[in-house]
Amino acid sequence: MNTTVLQDCQIQTIKDICASFDNQASELINVLHKTQEAFGYLPAEVQQVIAKELNISVAKVYGVVTFYAFFTMKPKGKYPIAVCMGTACYVRGAEKIVDGLKRELDIEVGGVTPDGKFSLNCLRCVGACGLAPVVMIGEKVHGRVEANQLKDILAQYE
Amino acid sequence: MNKIRSLEGLLNRKQQVVNNPRLHPKSNDDAGMVQVKVGMATCGIASGARETMNAFLEKMERENLNAVVSQVGCVGYCYAEPTVEVHKPGCEPVVFGYVNTQKAVEIVDKYIKRGEEINGILPVDYQTIDAKDESKHKQIRIALRNCGFIDPENMDEYIARDGYAALGAVLKMSQVEAIDIMKKSGLRGRGGGGFPAGLKWEYAYNNKADQKYVICNADEGDPGAFMDRSILEGDPHSVIEAMAICGYCIGASKGLVYIRAEYPLAIKRLQIAIEQARDFGFLGEDIFGSGFAFELELRYGAGAFVCGEETALIHSMEGERGEPTVKPPFPAESGYMGQPSNVNNVETFANVPAIYLKGHEWFSSIGTETSKGTKVFALAGKINNVGLIEVPMGITLREVIFEIGGGIKGDKQFKAVQTGGPSGGCLIEKHLDTPIDYENLTAAGSMMGSGGMIVMDQDDCMPAIAKFYLEFTVEESCGKCSPCRVGNKRLHELLHRICRGRGTEEDLDYLRNLSFVIKDTALCGLGQTSPNPVLSTLDYFYDEYLAHVRDKKCPAGQCKALKQYFIIPEKCIGCTACIKACPTNAITGEKRLAHLINQDKCIRCGACFEKCKFNAIIIQ
Repeated sequence: MNTTVLQDCQIQTIKDICASFDNQASELINVLHKTQEAFGYLPAEVQQVIAKELNISVAKVYGVVTFYAFFTMKPKGKYPIAVCMGTACYVRGAEKIVDGLKRELDIEVGGVTPDGKFSLNCLRCVGACGLAPVVMIGEKVHGRVEANQLKDILAQYE
Repeated sequence: MNKIRSLEGLLNRKQQVVNNPRLHPKSNDDAGMVQVKVGMATCGIASGARETMNAFLEKMERENLNAVVSQVGCVGYCYAEPTVEVHKPGCEPVVFGYVNTQKAVEIVDKYIKRGEEINGILPVDYQTIDAKDESKHKQIRIALRNCGFIDPENMDEYIARDGYAALGAVLKMSQVEAIDIMKKSGLRGRGGGGFPAGLKWEYAYNNKADQKYVICNADEGDPGAFMDRSILEGDPHSVIEAMAICGYCIGASKGLVYIRAEYPLAIKRLQIAIEQARDFGFLGEDIFGSGFAFELELRYGAGAFVCGEETALIHSMEGERGEPTVKPPFPAESGYMGQPSNVNNVETFANVPAIYLKGHEWFSSIGTETSKGTKVFALAGKINNVGLIEVPMGITLREVIFEIGGGIKGDKQFKAVQTGGPSGGCLIEKHLDTPIDYENLTAAGSMMGSGGMIVMDQDDCMPAIAKFYLEFTVEESCGKCSPCRVGNKRLHELLHRICRGRGTEEDLDYLRNLSFVIKDTALCGLGQTSPNPVLSTLDYFYDEYLAHVRDKKCPAGQCKALKQYFIIPEKCIGCTACIKACPTNAITGEKRLAHLINQDKCIRCGACFEKCKFNAIIIQ
């Protein structure tokens, strides 16, 4: 198991975030949102610091982190790819898009390419059903995607 | 900014705004300027609405034209994004679809400057809440009355359309009077449950406590439904106003909006709107000089479908895992922080100001005996006019799909329509003429749900659709009760087996029995409804299940494990289109000679099938 050693300034960042919510345990989810914004993900070491600051058990923090799909304990790629798997996208062929991306990138869903450039995830409905099937790469939404366009789309992210 | 302290003050402000040509909301007046409204909701922006808007701005500036270009929320024509409404003084406003930067320039040159007719005008197919409007359009916009008409970040435009007048009027009534209007209107919860909103408010009112809460459920997690996002992006003030009204009625001074973190634009616009409402004095102390105080805060969801259930939502707001608890106690007795709380969803709240403005008689005159008013549906899937529509209760599915929705894409055969998301079921041909209301949909084995409506055609495999929904439920089950945690997993395994051609006929019985057990024993709404997609497809498409288990065939040709692609040599002209499309180089052949698919290399992606123009590739 990889361990992440946090630097003092990073620990301070977490402490500041907790303090901005008065170290209230009921603000845990807001704290996690802010921390993930700052670090990109929530490794175990970060969770330990949060638990200490909010005076709750690490188990509780871990329980909340793993409960919600939005929080991740793994770093994402430089360009995180998220394929919408809402019903509208599904019936318009999102599965083929996922298969195509898995093949192009040679990773599974939830994985990151070895060079750390792309990560692949599925998500539930971005609410752009009119553009189905939808792929999000970073903040950019690609609509009406077809499997044979994937190579070209990925090539835009050099 | 001077706060508005009375209803008279609000009406004055409205007069000022209405007489301001830059915000001229009334049509047919030559004094007004040309108005260009660009649909800038998430899907509009994704289709390039921002570039379109910039193109308009640049062009107007270059041509020195007297015009107002503004952003509005979702107009509902998702299939034709980006959409732009152009309103020339003295003319009826028209909506253009597919407006890219080139089209924007064309609209300015031809339509605005020279008054020429150009292509790309979308038909208006809805009635407004104005009683004068007696057109025969199928849609009536109540919850969406301002969406796509006003700039969501401009308070004056909301005021010009009677914004906050309902709040001002309610604050002059007693709480009991105001709740009575809500009860008489017959408004029911639009998030799925369908519980009468007025009754809910009354329960919360009757429970005495020092601190009560109004909670808005904006955790729209149902895949394929996006009306709440559209309302928050297009008309956030209507939700704020309704929450303040609800707060006054039940005696709560605090409101909380639980919103998905996946909706960054909705969050931003809501934050702006809350700030503005504070500046104008519609939030804060002594609202409209009545002594009533109300504050609003946002809480962020983090991607858990079960948090749409009100007890789970409340736990999530308290910083816990979003697990539901047994009701009673209902949130009206013991909700957020153990205090009486009233939870309604975004669409329900969006109806509230209109009810107080136009009266409960008007609202309850729309709809059916048991279901009053309108419902917003997100039409998606294999349908021509994908979009957001608002129709009166009691309309038939046929009208929705074939008239408003423009029929099935590519002239294919209608097979089923799925309503109610993962908690709902599939409806078929024979249900097309059933009037849509809460009771009828439930009786047909589906439910109203939050209003996703996914249309499917002959190419969709029903066991695979059931599997898709179960996959969702398995992932989203919170794990607290075993019928949902274990039962749904078993259902999913059975469906997986069936779709791979390894199922048996006994499996089908087992599937049905297990579904009933889960429905009867699960703790919350998620588990109690999760087998619905299985049961309704078993009822209406049993033959298709039988084909999978008995003949090991997928009639729709969707289940990968059950199909093989072949090229018919007589039909193949050797154009090599399929060879180029194949991602695994499984197809071989010379130009102008029949090609061949190597079944060992074929991954059954269907790329060749889609590329072939000569119907030379068949699925078996």
